[in-house]
Amino acid sequence: MRASVRLVLGAVLVAVLILIAAGADLLAPYDPAAQILSENLAPPGAHHVLGQDKLGRDILARVIYGTRVSLAVGIVTVLVSLLIGTTIGAVAGFVGGWVDELAMRVVDVLLAFPGLLLAIALTGVLGPSLRNVVIALCLIGWTGFARLARGEIMRLREREFVEAARALGVPERRILLRHLVPLLATPLLVQATFGMAAAIVAEASLSFLGLGAQPPTASWGAMLNDGRAFVLVAPHLTIFPGLAIMVTVLGLNFLGDGLRDRLDVRTPTDLWR
Amino acid sequence: MLRLALRRLAFTLPTMLAAATLVFLLIHLVPGDPVDVMLGENAQAADREALRRTLGLDRPLTVQYAAFLGGIATGDLGRSLVSGTPVAELLAARFPATAELTFAALAVAVALALPLGLAAAARPGTWLDRGSVGFALLGVSVPSFWLGPMLIILFAIHWRWLPVSGRGTWAHLVLPAFTLGFGMAAILTRMTRASVLECLSEDYVRTARAKGVGRARILTRHALRNALAPVVTILGLQFGALLAGTVITETIFAWPGLGRLLIDAINQRDYPVAQGCILLIAASFVAANALADVVNGLLDPRIGAAAARGGS
Repeated sequence: MRASVRLVLGAVLVAVLILIAAGADLLAPYDPAAQILSENLAPPGAHHVLGQDKLGRDILARVIYGTRVSLAVGIVTVLVSLLIGTTIGAVAGFVGGWVDELAMRVVDVLLAFPGLLLAIALTGVLGPSLRNVVIALCLIGWTGFARLARGEIMRLREREFVEAARALGVPERRILLRHLVPLLATPLLVQATFGMAAAIVAEASLSFLGLGAQPPTASWGAMLNDGRAFVLVAPHLTIFPGLAIMVTVLGLNFLGDGLRDRLDVRTPTDLWR
Repeated sequence: MLRLALRRLAFTLPTMLAAATLVFLLIHLVPGDPVDVMLGENAQAADREALRRTLGLDRPLTVQYAAFLGGIATGDLGRSLVSGTPVAELLAARFPATAELTFAALAVAVALALPLGLAAAARPGTWLDRGSVGFALLGVSVPSFWLGPMLIILFAIHWRWLPVSGRGTWAHLVLPAFTLGFGMAAILTRMTRASVLECLSEDYVRTARAKGVGRARILTRHALRNALAPVVTILGLQFGALLAGTVITETIFAWPGLGRLLIDAINQRDYPVAQGCILLIAASFVAANALADVVNGLLDPRIGAAAARGGS
């Protein structure tokens, strides 16, 4: 598949997912928390297209509302990580010296752990909740943006236009904020797209392990965790939320891949894997 | 070579120390009093004092830290708060299962990725090449906690070829290893393809071709060997993802390894056991990265020489 095709396909998939998340109230056929205990584990049928879970809740409705949880976690995590990471990385790369040294040591320590392991440890001590998942993912995720921003700024600060600005008497602060930071937009956009895919997988992983979203929140990972005990008798509990995660991540990866080729940037991709 | 390996090993010490420090600090991140969290608000004052003493939380932070590091150095990681068993014993009992799973997954990933990446690079633009790119994208998008249950549904329930879960025979290992190794296989395929393609455009390949060296020999002897260095580096870096992934894979397949131990410990608020698991997994990761560097030194004498001079 060509990059331009991936870009369009990714953009369409992501746009559809955003629409589903925004219109969940209109699209969902049932209340995602409404239980019909007498119909628990019912397979897909005419009334409940994707079947019902262990409490008789409609799986389609829960998958639809799960879009909201996944996208919200992805967006908030990436925005906070991007803001913190870019600030620290840009300042470190621009100022250099001990500031840079300190920032990079902290990044190194955090990267000494596999990302998911650190996320498990952090949510483990903070306590299981969606909010703590976001906190844990931000505590790890900023490092990727910081490394990217630092590298770019260090490369850019030697360029002639910076020297020219300095010669014209532009204050250092203004050089960083007005002349350099805007140039980070494209690589950061690509990184953010991949980062969102990674954050969504990480949230689902933690919720699958019981460390994330708590009942009755309709999170795809938590739904997979619920389905684990019934995989022998009711595989539909597992199939559909998993498909939703796959389509979402594939869409974001397509989008990131297409953007990377179109905008011609190279970035590290895996943050929370 | 041995000197290089030892030197590289010495470089891991600061990283290990940093990792240990972070693990030590984790328990102090617990919101509120960790003793309250573990025992509940209604615990007897005497019990709370006893636990506080057991964990050493009544001592100054620096003393606790020194004791923690000293414990690691002597292999004393404390005792489980639930069973009273020494943590080191629990880890030793679970480590072989996790190691077995990790290496099997690694073997699956390499066995899939190297031939596929090489074949794709040999015939760029063909269906095989496009297929490998598609596989690479699919592989990083399929989460293991979905792939695993899907494999169970197909191979264990529908066709009844393989056991559903647990550890025992070789057959038990197949589905977990494939589940864990699939994502890495995708990343490695992509890396192998890109790296071989780059090597094929090098001057020495043109020279070899001009000398009349056969196509297959150019690919396997000239391009692949040089292409392996970045692949091995990625292998080392991705090894961490593989190790962390065992937590999920072990949960899916009821595999009695470190990952399960970690999640159970977290759920029971058995902090010493959780700390031990995290420490051991992190140490394995650091060691794997060091090993990847040493292997790279063996593959490429230039890297080996640079590392021996003290470069990275």
